[in-house]
Amino acid sequence: MADLLDLNAVEAREALDKKAISAVELVTAYVGAAEATSALNNYVVLTADHALAMAADADKRIAGGTAGLLEGLPIGVKDLFCTKGVSSTACSNILKGFTPPYESTVTANLWAAGGVMLGKLNCDEFAMGSGNETSAFGPAINPWQGNDKTNLVPGGSSGGSASAVAARSALMATGTDTGGSIRQPAAFCGVVGLKPTYGRCSRWGIIAFASSLDQAGPFTRTVADNALMMTAMASHDAKDSTSTQTPLQDLMGAVGAGVKGMKIGVPREYVMDGMDNEVVRLWEQGQAWLKDAGAELVDVSLPHTKYALPTYYIIAPAEASSNLARYDGVRYGMRVEAETLDGMYEATRAAGFGDEVQRRIMIGTYVLSAGYYDAYYLKAQKVRRLIKQDFDTAFEKVDALLTPATPSAAFPVGRKIDDPVTNYLNDVFTVPANLAGLPGIAVPGGLTSDGLPLGLQVLGRPFDEASLYRVAGVIEAVAGFTQTPARMAGGTA
Amino acid sequence: MSVDKTTVAKIARLARINVPDKRLEPLAAELNGILNWIAELDEVNTETVQPLASVTGHALPMRDDVVTDGDRLNDVLSNAPEGASGFFVVPKVVE
Repeated sequence: MADLLDLNAVEAREALDKKAISAVELVTAYVGAAEATSALNNYVVLTADHALAMAADADKRIAGGTAGLLEGLPIGVKDLFCTKGVSSTACSNILKGFTPPYESTVTANLWAAGGVMLGKLNCDEFAMGSGNETSAFGPAINPWQGNDKTNLVPGGSSGGSASAVAARSALMATGTDTGGSIRQPAAFCGVVGLKPTYGRCSRWGIIAFASSLDQAGPFTRTVADNALMMTAMASHDAKDSTSTQTPLQDLMGAVGAGVKGMKIGVPREYVMDGMDNEVVRLWEQGQAWLKDAGAELVDVSLPHTKYALPTYYIIAPAEASSNLARYDGVRYGMRVEAETLDGMYEATRAAGFGDEVQRRIMIGTYVLSAGYYDAYYLKAQKVRRLIKQDFDTAFEKVDALLTPATPSAAFPVGRKIDDPVTNYLNDVFTVPANLAGLPGIAVPGGLTSDGLPLGLQVLGRPFDEASLYRVAGVIEAVAGFTQTPARMAGGTA
Repeated sequence: MSVDKTTVAKIARLARINVPDKRLEPLAAELNGILNWIAELDEVNTETVQPLASVTGHALPMRDDVVTDGDRLNDVLSNAPEGASGFFVVPKVVE
């Protein structure tokens, strides 16, 4: 079955259309791969029977000549998406047992295009984390290992999604990105991850973290696969008032279009103290690749970059404290009984939320409270505008920006850090795009001397995902990143 | 600005999270670590800057004021920890 797992999504679609393989065979191979790599803990629910039934339906549509864009392709779903009749918990104890009676718009779009749901994937609790270590189901593991064979985090919050695509236990996966939760794990696991422009994918049916920042996007093995999945995910949705009516570009066509004549900005503020030398070298290498491919490199300045993280850590917790007020032990999820209604709320939320979620709710509650609102929340909203203006100015003279995706490669599971701020620094290169609502893609660029993947990030103008796919397509072609992780399905370790 | 034990207890109460007394001091230290770090924003001059609440640049769309969904009592109650006679059940709030 290993050869079925070798096919990327575009190849699998061709093989399915030519009847060289069946969807049932393909999905069976992926269910087997998910079971074989269960030690990576990237699935929290495997819906094998459901997947095989969907695959059988896909085979009928292929035979009938009505195959959709993703017909028969096995897809893993981050546990933040509500899936009808299938447990959806945001990897939090407070939602244990929650079974939505409805389907999120993004996943509904995937199934309408013929995609097959394999199951639900591990993530940080309510998507709050950068290592998948805050999950109520325990950490997901990165299939890549360094020389010392320590278990490494897959990144977060969409850690299970990145881990599963890298380990070949899902051909594609959905993720969400509030501050880097698609791009950072994609970089840590050596796969391609896109955060689309804010408004490009509907947020309806996705468990909310920070509503002005949250955006869904695809994880795939290749850039072309990513464009394919993105084309099926995106839609205008009346149920999300921030959903765009801007038409989707030809993303598949963009992948091989090259970068000749494009102006690529290199933001000088993205050189950070304490940045890994290998990250800097890859960034320089990426610039050289794009120049050789006919792009013009332009030095640009984004002067408010250093304020992006503190701004984010006011706005995101503030929105989270408001969004998470709904978990009250009354309508769904966990309840801890108490004498009074308030006592029941307090006991339920203390037992149901993990430490990091509680910390962020408290920060958010504080910055929104009377007397502090102006000093924190309003101030952060003003700096947010300055950060967005930096990008607006840069995009007057460049078509896209090239930056590192992360300041380092994947770190060990259980790394002891007393200071939450140190963990927050993982998102230093990814957070600005969320604050400005811009699209960003992480694409693998190479390996560290220890054999771990590093990624490059490309940022673009709002609703110009096509330019990201052009640049990422060139990086992918030149980088020739064909290495695979040791702990992959059908692999050696 | 920094928070003390009393303020943390007040925040916890506002957030409806039961925090045991022995956790108040450590939590104050953790929150102060974050608050001291985000205080970096004080150095940015924002006197003439308007706050940015939405990046979409478009006004929220209006829709017709009509019922689009409904009659889903069982769906709505299907995940309730406790329900009775088509209602959610909560601890007694009125004497």
